Amino acid sequence: MAELNQKERMKIKRHDMPNQDQVVRRGNFEEVALGYTEETARIEAERCLQCKEPKCTRGCPVGVMIPQFIKALREGDMVKAVEWMKVKNNLPAICGRVCPQEVQCEGSCILTKKGEAVAIGRLERFVGDYELANRTCPLVKAPRTGKRVAVVGSGPAGLTCAVDLGRQGHEITMFESLHGPGGVLVYGIPEFRLPKGVVHGEISYAVECLGIDIKTDHIIGRSFTLEELLADYDAVFLGTGAGLPSFMRIPGINLNGVMSANEFLTRVNLMKAYKFPEFDTPVKIGKKVAVVGGGNVAMDAVRCSLRLQALQARQSGGEPGEAHIVYRRSADEIPARTEEYHHAREEGVIFDLLTNPIEIIGDDKGRVKTLRCVKMELGEPDASGRRKPVTIPGSEFEMEMDTVIMALGTSPNPLVFVDADGLERTRHGTAVADNETGRTKKQRVWAGGDIVTGAATVISAMGAGKRAATDMNNFLKGEAPWA
Amino acid sequence: MYTIVRKEVLSDVTKLMDIEAPHVARKARAGQFIIVRIDEHGERIPLTIADYNRDAGLITIIFQEVGKSTKQLGKLEPGDAVASFAGPLGHPTDIENFGTVVCVGGGVGIAPIYPIAKELKAAGNTVISIVGARNRDLLFWEEKMKAVSDELIVCTDDGSYGRKTVVTEPLKEILGDARRKISRVWAIGPAIMMKFVAAATRPFQVPTTVSLNTIMIDGTGMCGGCRVLLDDGARFVCVDGPEFDGHKVDWENLLSRLQFYREEERIAMQAYDHKCKLEAAVEGGK
Ligand SMILES: Cc1cc2nc3c(=O)[nH]c(=O)nc-3n(C[C@H](O)[C@H](O)[C@H](O)COP(=O)(O)OP(=O)(O)OC[C@H]3O[C@@H](n4cnc5c(N)ncnc54)[C@H](O)[C@@H]3O)c2cc1C
Ligand SMILES: Cc1cc2nc3c(=O)[nH]c(=O)nc-3n(C[C@H](O)[C@H](O)[C@H](O)COP(=O)(O)OP(=O)(O)OC[C@H]3O[C@@H](n4cnc5c(N)ncnc54)[C@H](O)[C@@H]3O)c2cc1C
Ligand code: SF4
Ligand code: SF4
Ligand code: FES
Repeated sequence: MAELNQKERMKIKRHDMPNQDQVVRRGNFEEVALGYTEETARIEAERCLQCKEPKCTRGCPVGVMIPQFIKALREGDMVKAVEWMKVKNNLPAICGRVCPQEVQCEGSCILTKKGEAVAIGRLERFVGDYELANRTCPLVKAPRTGKRVAVVGSGPAGLTCAVDLGRQGHEITMFESLHGPGGVLVYGIPEFRLPKGVVHGEISYAVECLGIDIKTDHIIGRSFTLEELLADYDAVFLGTGAGLPSFMRIPGINLNGVMSANEFLTRVNLMKAYKFPEFDTPVKIGKKVAVVGGGNVAMDAVRCSLRLQALQARQSGGEPGEAHIVYRRSADEIPARTEEYHHAREEGVIFDLLTNPIEIIGDDKGRVKTLRCVKMELGEPDASGRRKPVTIPGSEFEMEMDTVIMALGTSPNPLVFVDADGLERTRHGTAVADNETGRTKKQRVWAGGDIVTGAATVISAMGAGKRAATDMNNFLKGEAPWA
Repeated sequence: MYTIVRKEVLSDVTKLMDIEAPHVARKARAGQFIIVRIDEHGERIPLTIADYNRDAGLITIIFQEVGKSTKQLGKLEPGDAVASFAGPLGHPTDIENFGTVVCVGGGVGIAPIYPIAKELKAAGNTVISIVGARNRDLLFWEEKMKAVSDELIVCTDDGSYGRKTVVTEPLKEILGDARRKISRVWAIGPAIMMKFVAAATRPFQVPTTVSLNTIMIDGTGMCGGCRVLLDDGARFVCVDGPEFDGHKVDWENLLSRLQFYREEERIAMQAYDHKCKLEAAVEGGK
């Protein structure tokens, strides 16, 4: 394409990404968003104004070199595009798919003011998928340093930290309590949003190139304690996430048919319950499902519910049923990625907004029958800056439901703190660690990701893993001793 | 992969296995459990640590074949391996010298009660054990139990061995015997048995510890599927238990939650039987 001027660039419309048909996709677990073709990626890349002081980069939690990779992409130099990408982000195929771009890079893009942002996330995904298929930017291990590092937890924080330290020549052992690595990327986020092949591809590649040893089924705090790791390793990184579910304190939460989103999503994603009985783990989904919450976790749970209902209806005939989001604030406050919210709407999710459950009522067999709720209205802004929902007196009403899934946020699992004297914790159960270096209050122990911030995002966890790896490497080389 | 190094058939439906899992054996204690997954398609099922050998890195499990996963596990032989084996999970049993204690084991619950009785005995308690099963064929470890108990009572539902009664009968007699002064009772077995043991000890106000067998997935506090209702709210059996005060447990809720996946368990079993038959037919045709 001939060189365009600013005006011409701004005339190009933002390109939609093709999606699987909204009716068809309701009945399968295959990826919804199909990705750009090379041609659309190139034209979309032409929209970027190559700002001298790119706002987009400042909006990205890890500062991805956005104009640089986009420039290489539109010049057709994919190898270069991947290189620019990887300066800051090891896992673009994942971030391109799951980052909440509208509040990060794209939300800050200069074009947002004048129309629509450059589709940075989609371009990033395009670059990431190219790298997955072609491996033009191989991971290389520096000469061995003889230093041993233990990385606890194999989610995005742990993986990023392990890869960066592995490249520096350190010997890395990862400990993961579940039977497979990946953290939320495999047990939480569903196949139709982030294909597991992408995650496994990235992990096995890193393991191969850097010789990382991943010990699954190892629960730190039970199989080994932190103290024991410190005796065996020169440094320890904790990336155990925030995996503990919370339940509402309302009557009826222990009825059959009430579960945490974690349980539901783990059954479906990690254990592949949507392929039961080919896979052994079952999941029970009713005809009327209420998912309580409005974040990514809630959207994932409700969209999995819809799909399971459709699969069930196909097998046994009958109507697929209904899947609801029950959320106490309004649509404007929904914290989920905008794209997921739209996809959920397209797929037929029913949104009961400004609605809060107060009781779950069971039948004589102890199974969920009715969800009692109240209507809410928005009052004054609260600490998070969002308007606080308050109950409308006398607004109680009931909805017939047979499944209630709680997606109310999570907190760090305390197991890793067992026998870990000196590892300080906040009132919320998160680990206290320095934001820049990841150093905790315990010598030779670093932490990052959801264990420090509470439930956050994939890219912020990766950023924390990367910053910690930098400091750990300096420490291991003797350049940054523990004060 | 974790290799099965020894297998013992305790009854038609009860099997013992020693599995190589040094990372579990190094810390295992009585009262804790593991989670095993047989293969890439398998579910994660919890089993109690019946015994362990730290030096050899071995964990002993004993299981009753009640459904698809336990049947499939029962078919494996020494030299075979399972895909995942995680633990030790849950809190170990709180062992002290309490005085005179009663250990009740029902069915496959005899396996997990054994190490507890053994440690209680070693701590200086007078240990009375009661073991029961539906019939003689389902009983095992009588000799082992005898060796760690001051007194052993054996019963079967059908009277094919020992006393013809359920475990709560001798328990009530012992509790009613003023000379005995029972300070604590442990009960492990089917949920319904533990419910009745708790009901039997309640009037005597004897503290009663039960080991709950809720449905689990991760075993690390991450899913909440294992939650149980106590007097003062919900707990996660995998991390807060598995042992609880039997007088505080909402047994109706527990029993109904155990039933939740009944239909799916039946479908899994059917699909597995079908597959086994097909394989047998292919074998036979060779
Ligand atoms: C359903 C769902 C959807 C989400 N969607 C998005 C999204 O679209 N975009 C986005 O940016 N973010 C999303 N998030 C948030 C994001 O996934 C997390 O912020 C991120 O995964 C945190 O990474 P982490 O490495 O800190 O922890 P995790 O990914 O939680 O990984 C922690 C790992 O540590 C292991 N572990 C825990 N305790 C121990 C122990 N004691 N010993 C050994 N191992 C242990 C766990 O099993 C786990 O594998 C979502 C989260 C969920 C649950
Ligand atoms: C802490 C704990 C310790 C246990 N220890 C032992 C033991 O030492 N020996 C032994 O024989 N059994 C033990 N159990 C029970 C054992 O886990 C179940 O029998 C097994 O999961 C059944 O699986 P299945 O596929 O063969 O049968 P299914 O057909 O799936 O189920 C049969 C029965 O097992 C229960 N069950 C099903 N899935 C699970 C699950 N994931 N977790 C727990 N229970 C389930 C169901 O309520 C049902 O009543 C223990 C359970 C717990 C929670
Ligand atoms: S990592 Fe996420 S926030 Fe950063 S540029 Fe990529 S998509 Fe945007
Ligand atoms: S702010 Fe937008 S237009 Fe400017 S460099 Fe970044 S992506 Fe391109
Ligand atoms: S088994 Fe998942 S929380 Fe207990």
